Amino acid sequence: MSGTFVGMPAFPEAAREAVGNETLRGNLRHATHTIRAKRAKAVTEVSDWAELREAGKRIKDHTLRHLDRYLEQLEESVTAAGGIVHWAADAAEANEIVTRLVKMTGESEVVKVKSMATQEIGLNEALQAAGIHAYETDLAELIVQLGKDRPSHILVPAIHRNRGEIRDIFVREMSEWGRPAPEGLTDTPAELAEAARLHLREKFLRAKVGISGANFMVAETGTLVVVESEGNGRMCLTLPETLISVVGIEKIVPTWQDLEVFLQTLPRSSTAERMNPYTSTWTGTTDGDGPSTFHLVLLDNGRTDTLADEVGRQALRCIRCSACLNVCPVYERAGGHAYGSVYPGPIGAILSPQLRGTGSEIDASLPYASSLCGACYEVCPVAIDIPEVLVHLRERVVEGGEVTREGNKVVLRPAKGHAAERAAMRAARWAFTHPGALRTGQRAASRTRRFHPRTLPGPGKAWSGTRELPPVPAEPFRDWWQRTRGGKDGAK
Amino acid sequence: MNSRERILGRVRRALADKPADEAPIARDYLREHGRRTVAETVELLAENLADYRAIVHRTDSAGLPGLIAGLLEKRGSASVLVPPGLDEGWLAATGVTRVADRAGSTPHELDRVDSVVTACAVAIAETGTIVLDGSPDQGRRRITLVPDHHVCVVRVPGQVVSSVPQGLERLDPARPLTWISGPSATSDIELDRVEGVHGPRTLEVILVAED
Repeated sequence: MSGTFVGMPAFPEAAREAVGNETLRGNLRHATHTIRAKRAKAVTEVSDWAELREAGKRIKDHTLRHLDRYLEQLEESVTAAGGIVHWAADAAEANEIVTRLVKMTGESEVVKVKSMATQEIGLNEALQAAGIHAYETDLAELIVQLGKDRPSHILVPAIHRNRGEIRDIFVREMSEWGRPAPEGLTDTPAELAEAARLHLREKFLRAKVGISGANFMVAETGTLVVVESEGNGRMCLTLPETLISVVGIEKIVPTWQDLEVFLQTLPRSSTAERMNPYTSTWTGTTDGDGPSTFHLVLLDNGRTDTLADEVGRQALRCIRCSACLNVCPVYERAGGHAYGSVYPGPIGAILSPQLRGTGSEIDASLPYASSLCGACYEVCPVAIDIPEVLVHLRERVVEGGEVTREGNKVVLRPAKGHAAERAAMRAARWAFTHPGALRTGQRAASRTRRFHPRTLPGPGKAWSGTRELPPVPAEPFRDWWQRTRGGKDGAK
Repeated sequence: MNSRERILGRVRRALADKPADEAPIARDYLREHGRRTVAETVELLAENLADYRAIVHRTDSAGLPGLIAGLLEKRGSASVLVPPGLDEGWLAATGVTRVADRAGSTPHELDRVDSVVTACAVAIAETGTIVLDGSPDQGRRRITLVPDHHVCVVRVPGQVVSSVPQGLERLDPARPLTWISGPSATSDIELDRVEGVHGPRTLEVILVAED
């Protein structure tokens, strides 16, 4: 079973530890730089990227504005095509529904396509507790599962592992789960991929229940879309008799035609390919081809709360491409685990505190896990203004205010950790509205500057731990002005 | 109140501040990228397929049976899966054991077959993609998934479109679709692409000129 994110420390502590890990930094640097250059090339290939990006943003905004209508339409079309639709307000309900559906089949194991939604709700752990083994089949997810590790990237959850570490995990763990790693396995990626193929093959061929997410759901036709590379998705979507898809309610697009935008922008943004190797689409069930029973579990779990925030709701446009992670200077150095969520990186820093609220230490610290450089916004294929949402969430953490939690409006109190910041701001406001006091204070600061400490005491200590304190000039600006140029006019 | 009503209610309350958005989406992106002759579009398809490590062959309908027989022989295949509606002439020149896909075929049985030969529904040049839609000459999704060697025949130029938007226009969403762009691959080890994971590791695409 994979590790969980429960009880994570705030981002600064987790990041400090990660930054000290040289292997991790090397792995991340190599991977993110590889994909960055490739993505830029894949995007330049299409001359109308800006128009595709704008259309993607508009389609998602329009869908979110009429989400109730499109959800109802989707339910109707999926049902008409032979699927069964379930609604889950939160993680516990979704897990309960899926567990019940698996038990109804009488099976005690399932194969899984990589799915962010099922990670978000901790489905594997819930199934395990009910005596059902869930096998991850995406290569990176397999590495994470076998390594009893946590995912650190949206697209490549094992990005923090290099080939040598992956080899060691395979050799050590595969026999525990099924077919052991081949004798003499080396660390070449092709051999590692072959080992995963052999290990998972027996599971695919005997699987009776598959569990997936989806990249898109088309309201007008009831079609679900899974975009993948390895073929593990095709295995899970077509060989089992029962398919259960758990999908966030924001994954809807209104029409079949809308896919023409996202099927161009998603592969280029995520794996930097013109097109990913495999895309599967299915509409309900088809006689004699693929699963005979299809369940769709529509998941809220904080999405409607996010939708209620007029600035933050744009995060729901996300198509999970991970381009923002790959360009982020903070992600590159801190790695995905420091974000304490299955959604790391810039998108995670705005999504997790909205889906989960800013109540925990880690969630309240996430809006600060950014230098606000804006690279994430620039590469986002649906133009989510991540810096704007980060600043908005920082304000919410510091000032508190009205937010929606589980459908109810609640008033957040200002966060505790920011008392010093608020006190400093209040003091500044008072000083700037009292010129006499400001002048006296500035002069006093100049005269005592030899005795100023290099770091701040008390609550300011953490701030000055990584920054230089600005030196106080020998003379305040106003005094200097009066003494030199200002003084020439013979002012009093 | 059940969860359906609860979620829909939350959505409606969440959106109370926003005016309805019924303006049509501006689709001022391109229907295809660049201007090409029909022959150039087919050429681009071949290039992009090969770029993602599909093996591309070109022939005409007279040469097709011989080419397929040669590919199966070169591969050393002892058996080949045949979709129910495949043009019988395509396999006329090969003596390899034909395996029909029966409703009762188990995945384990399919795993013992060496190759599969199918037609396709449409091919997209700009992305090097072939799309299968489960028609009788392509068969169920599983037959092009489990065997390790897939030979796919594309009729050119009739089945070739330039772009993703044009491809979607030709496809029926009610059918189960599989879009294939090269053999299976992964970028999961250090974000570097490696070909050959769970799907067929060898994809051969035959572009057959229509008479």
